[in-house]
Order: sequence, then structure tokens, then C-alpha cells
Amino acid sequence: MLEIITFSLLNGVVYGLLLFMVSSGLTLIFSLMGVLNFAHASMFMLGAYFSYQIGTWIGFWPALVIAPLLVGAIGAAVERYGLRHVHKQGHVAEILFTFGLAYLVAESVIMIWGRNPIENRVPAVIDFPAFLLFGTSYPAYKVLMMAISVGMFAFLYLAFRRTRLGLIIRAALTHPEMVGALGHDVPRIFVLVFAIGSALAGLAGVIGGFALLTEPSMAAALGPIVFVVVVVGGLGSITGAFIASMLIGIIQTFAVSLDYSLLDLLRVFHVVVSSDSAFHEVAAVKIAQAAPLIPYLLLVVILIFRPRGLLGRRDA
Amino acid sequence: MSESKTASPVPERRSGALLQWLERRKAWLFAAIVLIILPHVPGLDGNFGRSLLSQMGIAAVFALSYNLLLGQTGLLSFGHAVYFGLGGYAGIHLMRAINAGLPIPMPLVPLAGAATGLAFGMLFGALTTRRAGVVFALISLGVGELVFAAMRILQGFSGGEEGITANRGMGPHPFGLTFGPQLQVYYVIVFWSAMAAALMAAFLRTPAGRMCNAVRDNPERAAFIGYDPVRIRFVVFCVAAMFAGLAGGLHALNYEIVAAEAVGAGRSGTVLLMAYIGGVHSFFGAVLGAVTITWLQVSLSDYTTAWQLYLGLFFIAVVLFAPGGLSGLLLMHRPILGTRAFLHVVKSYAIAALPALAAAAGAIMLLEINYRRATQPDTGARMRLFWMDVDTSSVWPWLSAIALLAGGAFLFNRCRRLVANAWQQASDEARTVGGMQREPRP
Repeated sequence: MLEIITFSLLNGVVYGLLLFMVSSGLTLIFSLMGVLNFAHASMFMLGAYFSYQIGTWIGFWPALVIAPLLVGAIGAAVERYGLRHVHKQGHVAEILFTFGLAYLVAESVIMIWGRNPIENRVPAVIDFPAFLLFGTSYPAYKVLMMAISVGMFAFLYLAFRRTRLGLIIRAALTHPEMVGALGHDVPRIFVLVFAIGSALAGLAGVIGGFALLTEPSMAAALGPIVFVVVVVGGLGSITGAFIASMLIGIIQTFAVSLDYSLLDLLRVFHVVVSSDSAFHEVAAVKIAQAAPLIPYLLLVVILIFRPRGLLGRRDA
Repeated sequence: MSESKTASPVPERRSGALLQWLERRKAWLFAAIVLIILPHVPGLDGNFGRSLLSQMGIAAVFALSYNLLLGQTGLLSFGHAVYFGLGGYAGIHLMRAINAGLPIPMPLVPLAGAATGLAFGMLFGALTTRRAGVVFALISLGVGELVFAAMRILQGFSGGEEGITANRGMGPHPFGLTFGPQLQVYYVIVFWSAMAAALMAAFLRTPAGRMCNAVRDNPERAAFIGYDPVRIRFVVFCVAAMFAGLAGGLHALNYEIVAAEAVGAGRSGTVLLMAYIGGVHSFFGAVLGAVTITWLQVSLSDYTTAWQLYLGLFFIAVVLFAPGGLSGLLLMHRPILGTRAFLHVVKSYAIAALPALAAAAGAIMLLEINYRRATQPDTGARMRLFWMDVDTSSVWPWLSAIALLAGGAFLFNRCRRLVANAWQQASDEARTVGGMQREPRP
């Protein structure tokens, strides 16, 4: 039992960190520009595909650096040559533009790498057992995933808190007009933040690509969960996004290892549901089966009891 | 058949009043007559044509219900298929009950879909319409994923990916109608579609319907004159969900199968594309979008496996260059319609169309060759493209495609001035002749 809990917790933290890497970029972009980037999960997918491609050419370690930078460059181009022109038509047009973009990215990926999942295996350099726990080895690449995400956040936190550029970005988050009046190029800050956010998602794609399945529909699979994270945490709150990422990551990982259903719970209380009643089908669903539902159930629960999200401000 | 239905509730006090009423509803009458004749028009009178028309009718109701949300109330939903799909499931389960002996005629099945759509609209609407804007969009997405995941888990109810089936021919046969042939189903669909369209148009003329636009444009002001925006959003959400459920019921009747994808994100995205490409600012736009996209889906998917890519490109082009959608583009020409310079505008369009077509052909060649190489590498280097045999391993198809694209784009850019000049001339004339107030967009 302790073994299951420890491993689920470790895996849950890895998954939660991955979610946070994607959702923090989305939150950053949202709080600066008010744009909900539907193509954000597509950047995650591009990171996975790029790292696979670059990895087969020149190896994993260069790919770890180059792929996120490439994705960041694409993000910058999307802001500079696409979103900026849609901006004057309002938020709905912006969302729809990124929505269409997500469509295009998925189709372009199909056009380049084909419709089937690619063999994005864990690179040999990081595929060895890191340590033994309860007699089971824990893979090194998961440790690396954790190290990279934590290291990235430490770096970004320091960059935001300790550098002049970080100061300007933080100021532009709350007072864009004033920052502009002081002579800073706010549109360029927009491009920069979009690039940083996209690169973060790309990096998550590099280290998440081989843990999940690298296929053209991976953006569509991850996107809704990231949006749930953002809403549950409270729109625009990075800390909220962190809590929600961890919550969903850990709960979902635990749920997969729980082989119980509502029927089992009822049986404890000596309630028997006959197998021909309509309720039986619902009650017989195992928690492990229902794991994909959990983020969305959490969303509904949060909406009922705390509509603005865990750490959201009232007027998001 | 729909005009007799919409005409009956009017009191026929004097024939003059009736004539006046008919005069006011000219467009509706015309549409009804066209809809009745369409399945007998050569080219559409086969099973394929009638099935295509049926699909268009269903899509039109669905897109119109979406237009109530996005176009009229400004609510961007990414999960509208939830109500469509659940309505479809209600319909298919009722059909199964009828197959088992329940004495209800098949044409009433869509009503079960509408009732289910309304019920779930009330349930989820209470949850989601408290917030508007971006948050609403996100929540609708979450609810959509929730219902989709639930449908995949509850295999007994939904049949999962395979879906569940029923037989529309097995049941009571009123007036000897079996509802087996596609033509009979088409008329059932047309009847319900026309009813739904008329009811939605009527809803928009009620005070609640008028307030939708107010809530869209300025929720704060709407609240100050005493209308709670949350409540208005809730009401319109329920109405939209009801008509989406009706469309789902029609879907069940038409296809005799409903699967989990009916509630999925793909279908929610498609209806958004339909409503937006058609144009959200007019009622008629949703129908135009539904008809266009359905036709594209059916016809393009015969020619190319990359049709979703074209649809995505088309959508982005509309978002970037024609935010009013297709109907916006058409209505833009109304002020200059009667002018003499209108002919020049048409002529300039025709000239600009040539390089545009060349550029499009080049782009399509590039995309098709790439797509083929990526998705079907085992079929070899030879493929058919534009009725020609092309060897994709040689350099010529690539070079000619790039030349077409670049040359076409260059010439098209030159033609833009031609079109702009013709427009200027036409709008100048329209202003001096007709005393036009509005400035048409160039």
C-alpha cells in the first residue's frame, strides 16, 4: 500500500509539473494580453515532434535546447504576424484565430510526420534506473523531467524577480499604458511573453513527449485539461495554476491505481444494486475507468462552490 | 408543407389581412416552396442528393441554435454538441422503444431530442452562464469533455464509439408512410427545420430575444434597465440547447445511429465553424454556413484526405479578412447593387479571380503532394492531381506548383487595386444617386 502511494505520488508530481509547465505559459499570456491561446497545447505538441526530429539528427541533449527555442520562435511569429492583426476585432476573434491555428498545426503535423503515433522513445542516454524504491527501480528520465521543470521555474522566477526585463514585464502585466508611456515598447513585450510561454510549452513537450504518446491528436487531448487547470486555479493566477496542476496531476494518477467502484462502496453499507436497474451501469464504473473524467468533475465542483477559481480575482 | 403550418395560427378575418401577412413573409414562403421542390430537382433527386439535403437541414438547425449563442448573445461555446448529441441519444432510445412496440409515430422523435436538449441546457446552463466571455468559453469546453468522457464510459447507454442503432421503418405507419425512403425523411426534416427556424426568428423578436443583443453589446447597461444578464444568458442558453437537441433528434432519425462522437469536441468545433464562416451577424448567415460546410465536407472528402486542412485554412482566412463571414461579404454589396459601376466591380472580381485561382491551384498542389507523401508513403511516387498523372519524385511538379503559387499571388496583389478602384467608383455613385448614408467597406 505504501509502495503504491509513494509511486503514485511521485508520478503524480511529475505529471503535475508537466501540466504546470504548459499552463503557466498560458496563464502568463492570458494575464498580459487577455488572449486565451487555444493553440497553446499545439505548441506542446510541436515541442514533442521537434525534439524527436532533432533528436534523430543530432541527439537528445541539443534537442532539449533547440526544440523549445524553435517553438518559442514560432510563438513569436504567431503573435507578431497573426494575433496582432486580429487584436482590433476583439477577444472572440482572437480566440477563434488561435482555435483555427490549433486545427492547422494538427493538420500540418499530420502532413509532415504522418497520421500515426511516431516512435518517440525515451532517449538511451537517460533510460536507466535512477534509484531503487521498495525493490522497484524508478526511471531516470522521470527524475530528469522533475529536475528540468523545477530548474526551469527557478530560473524563470529569478529572471522575473531579479532582472530589469522581468521588472518591466511584471509592470506591463498590470499597467501596460504606464509602461508604454515610460518609453518601453509594449508590443515587443507581448511578442517576448508569447515566445516565452510557447517555449515553456515546447519544453514540456520535449520532456513529456516520450512519457505520453507523440501523435497528432496529443494537443487535442492535453488542451482541455490545461484549460481546466487554468479555470480551477483561477484565471490569471500563476500560483493558482500551480496548485491546480499538482491537484489534478496527483488525483488523476492516484485514480488510475484505484480499482474500486461505487458498487463496492455501497456493498460496505450492505446496499445491493440489482444488475438490471438503470443505476447499476453508473455505479459499476471503476474509479480507474473514470480517471479521464476527474479533471472535468473537479471543474464542475469548483464552479459550483467557487466560481472564480481557487485563487482567482473576482472580476477575471 | 411548412407554410401551411405557419399560416394556420393567423386569424383570417379579411382576405386583405391575409394577403398583407403573406406579403410580409414573402421570404419564408419562397424558402418553403424551394425546400419542397429541391429533392425533385435533377441532380438532387437521387438518394445521395436527398441525403445531402437532409444533412444540410439538420446542420442548419444546429448552426442556427449556435447563432443564438454566439451571434445574438456573444456567448462563445466550445461544447454545443453536448445538447445535440444528448438529444440524438434521446431520439435513438425513443426509436428503439418504438421498434419494441411503443405506439408513437416516428416524426415525433425529434421532440424527445428537443426536450432532452432543454433539460440538459437547464442543468449545465445554470452552471455555465454565470460567467460570460472567456470563462464561459472555457467552461463550455470542460462540460463538453465531461459529457464526452462520460458517454465513452457508459457503454450500455451510449454504445461508445460504435454507437447504438435503431430502425426508423419499424413502428406505426400513419397514412401509410413508412419513413423508410429518404424522401419521406427529408420532408420530416424540412418540416422540423422550418419550424425551428421560424420559432428561433420569433424568439429573437420577443423582449427576451431583443435583450440578448443588449446583453451581448453592453451587459452593464442591460442590468441597469432591469434585466439580469445572467438570467438572459441562461434563457437563451436553454433555448439554444433545446434547438440543438431537436437537431440531434433529427440526426438520429436520419442516420438511425448515434455514437459518442455526436457529443464530442469535433462536432462542437464544426458547428462553430459553420456559424462563423456563414457569418454571425445575420440570422441567414448560419444557414448559409451550414449549407456551405456540409457541402464542402461531403464533396471535398471525396477528392482529398486533407479536406480538414482546407477547412481550417478557410476558417482562418474568414477570421482574418472577413469577420462578417460569407453573409457579411454578400450583404456588403447591397448598397452598390443598383449602380452602373456594379458591373465594373463584377468585372474586376472576374479578373482578380484568375490569379487567385492559379495561386490556389499551386498551394493545393503543394499541400496534396506533401500530404500524400506523409500519410500514404506506401502508395509510391505517382499520384493523380487535377486530372493529371504526377510523379512526385521528380522536381517538376514542385517547381510548377511554387511558380503557380508565387506568380498567382503576385498578380493577385496587383489586381487588388483594380478591385478597390471599381469599389470606390461604385460606392461614390451609390452615394450620389441614392443618397446613401452608410459608408460601404472597401
